[in-house]
Amino acid sequence: MTTPMLKVDDIHASYGAVRALHGISLEVNEGEVVALLGINGAGKSTTLKSITGVLRPTSGSVTFLGEDITSRSPEKIVKRGISLVPEGREIFGALTVEENLRLGAFASYHRDRYKADLKEMFELFPILEERFHQPGGLLSGGEQQMLAIARALMAHPKLLMLDEPSLGLSPAITDDVFALITSLRERGLTILLVEQNAERALEVVDKAYLLANGLVEVSGTADDIKKKVDIASVYLGGEDAEGGEVQL
Amino acid sequence: MINLEFVINTLSLGSLYALLAVGLVLVYGILKLVNFAYGEYLMVAGYAIYLSAIVGAPWWATLIIAVAASMLVSFLTEIAAFRPVRTKSMDALLVTSFAVSIFLQNVVLLAVSPRARAVPLPDFFSKTVVIGGAVLPLRNLLIIATTAVVLALLSFLMKKTVLGMAMRAAADKFTTTRLMGVPANFVISAAFLISGFLAGVAGIFWVGRSGSVDPLTGAAPLLIAFIATVMGGMNSPIGAVVGGFVYGLLFNILSITLPASMISYRDAFMFAIVVLFLLFRPEGIIRRGYTEERVG
Repeated sequence: MTTPMLKVDDIHASYGAVRALHGISLEVNEGEVVALLGINGAGKSTTLKSITGVLRPTSGSVTFLGEDITSRSPEKIVKRGISLVPEGREIFGALTVEENLRLGAFASYHRDRYKADLKEMFELFPILEERFHQPGGLLSGGEQQMLAIARALMAHPKLLMLDEPSLGLSPAITDDVFALITSLRERGLTILLVEQNAERALEVVDKAYLLANGLVEVSGTADDIKKKVDIASVYLGGEDAEGGEVQL
Repeated sequence: MINLEFVINTLSLGSLYALLAVGLVLVYGILKLVNFAYGEYLMVAGYAIYLSAIVGAPWWATLIIAVAASMLVSFLTEIAAFRPVRTKSMDALLVTSFAVSIFLQNVVLLAVSPRARAVPLPDFFSKTVVIGGAVLPLRNLLIIATTAVVLALLSFLMKKTVLGMAMRAAADKFTTTRLMGVPANFVISAAFLISGFLAGVAGIFWVGRSGSVDPLTGAAPLLIAFIATVMGGMNSPIGAVVGGFVYGLLFNILSITLPASMISYRDAFMFAIVVLFLLFRPEGIIRRGYTEERVG
C-alpha cells in the first residue's frame, strides 16, 4: 500500500476555550481530489487551518509526504508544497493583480520559470491578463476567486486546498470554478476541497469526508457518500442536521 | 505674511514631522501597534552623535553612526521585547512598548547622565543662506532635501521591491501573507529596521535644532508623530506624510497669527484644533487603507 500524501491523524483544536475539532483523521493520496463536507461550524475550515499551520492543533499530527508538519509555521508549510485558497478569497486589495501573483510565487520563486508561470495563468484565467495592472480590490467576486486560485498555483503546490471556492459566487461563476477543479484534477494535481455545495462537490471528487461537530461522521468514495447520506437533509436543515446525525 | 521664509520653514517643519510620522506608521501598519518607544529611537540617535563627538569621529561618520544606532536599537527591541509577546494580546504589546520606552530612558540616564548633553553637529547645520531676501537656516533646506530623498527611496522600496510588496500585503492581511510563504519575523524585522532608519534621520535634525540631548528627548517627537499619523490617517504611509505636513503648517500658522501674549498657549490651540478635526473626521485625512487584522 502506498503511503498517503497527506495524513491527518486524530487532531484536536480549539479557539481559546471553544473546542472546534474533536479528533479529525483523514487521508489524501497523490492525484486524488478529496472533499470535506458539512454544515457551518462542522470544523471544515478549522481542519484546513490546522493543516496550514495557521492554527496549532492541541493534539494529533499532520504528516505531509512522510514528514511531520504539525505546528510548523504557515510560511514553512507552503514551502513544503501545500497552498491554500482561503475562504473569502483574501485578495490583497491594495496590491495589483501582478503583485498578488508575484507574492503567490514567493514560496518557490525561480526567475527562469516565473514568466512562463504567468503565461500559464493567463491561459487558465484570461481575465487576469486584462486586469494585470489593476488593484485586486477592484476585481469582481468571481475575478477575485480566479486570482486567489492563480495566486495559490503560482507556488507550484503539490497539494492545493480550496476553502469554499464557490461561496458568494453566481451560478455561472460557480460552474467555472468547478470546471477548473476538474481540469486541474486532469492535470494530476492533488486537491483538498472544502465545500458547502455538497452535491456539486461530489460530482468532481474521488473521496469525501462528511464532518459534523468537529468529528468525521461519514467517509468514503463519492458514490458511497451519495448512497449512504441523504445530502439534502444534511444541508437543508431538519433535525438530522441540527443533531449532527445523518440518515444512513 | 505668506512669504518665501514662511513657505520654506513650513516645508522644513512638515518634512521633519512627516519623517517622524512615517516611521511610526510603518510598524503600526503591520503590528497594529503604536510603538511608544519610537521617540527613544530618536534619543538614541542623539546620544550616538554625542558619543561619536567624544571619540572624535568625522561628521559624516557621526551621521552614519547615529542612523545605524537607531536602526540597531529598533531592531533589537523588536527581537527582545515585542517578538515574545506578539502572539499574546494587543494590550501586552502596547504595555511592552511603554516598558521599552522607560527602559531606554533609564539606560541613558544611568549610563550617561540625567542632565542634557551637548550634541555638536557639523558647522553647515548652523549656517544661514539668503534666498530672495529671506534669511534661512541651511538646516531647514537640508531637511527638505533629505526628506524628499528618503521618501522617494521608501516609495521605491514599497512599490517596486518584493520586500515592499510583502510589507504592504502584511499590513493588509498578515496571515494570508504568511500563507504565501513570507516569514512573519522577516517583514516585522524589516518594518522595525526601516522605522529605526527614519527615526535616526529625523533624530539628527531633531537634536540639531536644540543642539542637545537628554533622556526625555524622545517624548515630544513621539507625541508629534502620533498626532500627525492620527490626523493624516493611521492606515497608510501617505496619510502619515500628509499628517506631518498639515501639522507643520498648523503649527507655523499659529506661530505667526497668535498674539505674543498667547504664544505660550500654542500647543493648547494646536491640540484643540486636532480634537475638533477628529470629531468631524475620526478616520483622518486619508481614509482608504488596511483592514484591522492583527498579527496573531
